[in-house]
Amino acid sequence: MTFLTNILTAGIANGTALLFATLGELFAERAGVLNLGVEGMMLLGAVMGYSAAYSTGNVWLGILIGVIAGGVLSLLHAYVTIALRADQVVSGLSLTFLGIGLSLVLGEGLAQVKGVPTVPVFSLPLLAQIPFLGAILFENKSALVYLGYFLIPLAWYFIYRTRPGLHLRAIGEYPAAADSLGINVFRLRYFYVLVGGMLAGLAGASLSLSITPGWFSEFTTSGFGWIAIGLVIFAQWDPLRAAVGAYLFGSLRRFILDMQGPPTILFFPNPFFQDRNLQFFLEMLPYALTVIVLVIGSRAALRRRLGAPAALGIPYVRGERGV
Amino acid sequence: MTQTISQNKTRRAIFPFTVRLEPRLETPRWLPYATSIGSFVGALLIGGIILALVGGDPLNAYAHIFLAAFGNAGVVSDTLVKASPLILTGLACLIAFRARLWNIGAEGQFYLGAFGATLIVQQVLGKDTSPWIFIPTMIGAGIAMGALCGFLPGYLKAKFGVNEIITTLMLNYIAFFWNAYFIYGSWSDRGFQLTPTFPQNAWLPRLADYALQIPAFAGLTIHLGLLFGLLATIGVWYILARTRWGYEIRLIGDNPNAARYAGINIVRNTIAVMMLSGALAGLAGMAEVTGVVHRLQDRISPGYGFTAIIVAWLAKLNPWAIIPVAILFGGLLIGSREIQPSGLARMLQGIILFMLISSEILNRYRIRVERIK
Repeated sequence: MTFLTNILTAGIANGTALLFATLGELFAERAGVLNLGVEGMMLLGAVMGYSAAYSTGNVWLGILIGVIAGGVLSLLHAYVTIALRADQVVSGLSLTFLGIGLSLVLGEGLAQVKGVPTVPVFSLPLLAQIPFLGAILFENKSALVYLGYFLIPLAWYFIYRTRPGLHLRAIGEYPAAADSLGINVFRLRYFYVLVGGMLAGLAGASLSLSITPGWFSEFTTSGFGWIAIGLVIFAQWDPLRAAVGAYLFGSLRRFILDMQGPPTILFFPNPFFQDRNLQFFLEMLPYALTVIVLVIGSRAALRRRLGAPAALGIPYVRGERGV
Repeated sequence: MTQTISQNKTRRAIFPFTVRLEPRLETPRWLPYATSIGSFVGALLIGGIILALVGGDPLNAYAHIFLAAFGNAGVVSDTLVKASPLILTGLACLIAFRARLWNIGAEGQFYLGAFGATLIVQQVLGKDTSPWIFIPTMIGAGIAMGALCGFLPGYLKAKFGVNEIITTLMLNYIAFFWNAYFIYGSWSDRGFQLTPTFPQNAWLPRLADYALQIPAFAGLTIHLGLLFGLLATIGVWYILARTRWGYEIRLIGDNPNAARYAGINIVRNTIAVMMLSGALAGLAGMAEVTGVVHRLQDRISPGYGFTAIIVAWLAKLNPWAIIPVAILFGGLLIGSREIQPSGLARMLQGIILFMLISSEILNRYRIRVERIK
């Protein structure tokens, strides 16, 4: 039981970073803009946040700077794809390169610094007393974890139950129709790419300032940004499914560590304890599972004829045919 | 008929001009090359400004990079050694991109190609095998492992419509840990995280090996992998420009619907292109371990497979242009080795790619600035 509790507790923390990045990408894709630069924006958010928290001593200022950094980088993608109508895949990839390169340049020497504040941790009274779940969800959690809980229903309500959410879905499905109804497709797409970038920056800053405090060059994010993009497809662009996926993948990280500890599992000798090198196969798990999850997601999408927003990846040009 | 799309950038009082984008009916032949060169120069400028802002000396850094990469015959040879894997991985990306398949997994295919070659040395052939058997077998193993690594995303894409960007990317991580399992485990050399050095019979011949006959070759590290790259360039050009298969690949890339109506087998072509792409990257990995490193270790690539994406794009998906672009990027890798901050080369790559795709609008549209009356 403690085995499971440990994994889920850590999973909620790890999953929070994934959750922010996934929700951000979900908003951008709902608006019809594919942004493959999540990894780059996360890294820039992580390094800028860490650096700002180090120089000011204020963790909240660090988080804010991280959010802004991710947002500014995403605007580059927005400008190139929305105004200049460049290919979204290539632009997103270059955003990744640029983000990683910029972070390495800016993070020079930041790996050695000490005394960087981290996000405060607290328990929610009463809720933490709930047996089993209380300890997992509400005990000694970073403030960002609670922000994550708050964002999930908010994102769901916004997308499915509000007028701006309807506009968001419209510009991703049929921008020409939205345009003819007086919705400013260009401005809204800019806005949601910016939201996506800010959330990715928040995801990065939450890694470097709360979940795994520190700056470890490009290993700070270790592919989280790419997993987030995979999760959006798995979630079929639905925030609730995205949250489930994010927390599951977060738990997986702890599972990998915990599997190497005990000499026996259910009275069987633990192969990962016997042969230390088998840990590399455990390390593959998140990436292999992303592929599997994608296969499941894609098959379900084919079967139910649901799937990506119809205009995803297509630049909107006023007066041209097509979605 | 001329369709004009006006951008809403009119600020009557302050900026009495309007910017209009007119679609070009024809693009001049020289224009794509001009924008490529222009974006490269522009990227160096922006990179320099960023470097100056973080307290570096851009002029000095660039001069150092240039001299360290192209200053004398020895370093030019080193640059060409770095360019060899970039030519092969660049071609791998090029052929996939031509079919609109986003193979971002050249890095992983490179790693598995290196694994294939090492497998032959470690487990299959004995130390004293003739190089005439050794090298072709290792080439075959590298190509096969790379192709296998390309097959999986190709199959998933063709059969289930699974996004190949994510699958190829995830396979990069998987390939890395796969190699790590062997390097740290059964193939480890006395507990170090690398395999024992390959026997000399399994090394790709280098120019320096012929220094006794031709003294000018002394110290030159260029190996047979460069020749692989040149041959592969001819091969990829021939396939794309002169064969029916190449025509199908280009048609799928340019207009998938037309290709489907024309009865082209998209499933088979998707898988075949991904396998060819993986095979080229696998060959690059094989050439790198047998020509340069002479053993398998965990960091055999400074991101060749990712740089290859930029190489392919900067070459405008033209096989012949891959060679000069790969040499340029090989020089950037060699020249920036001792430069601080260490992320400079990667940041420059990112800026170059961004400038490039932003400038592409110049090839498609004519920009008109007109005074508002």
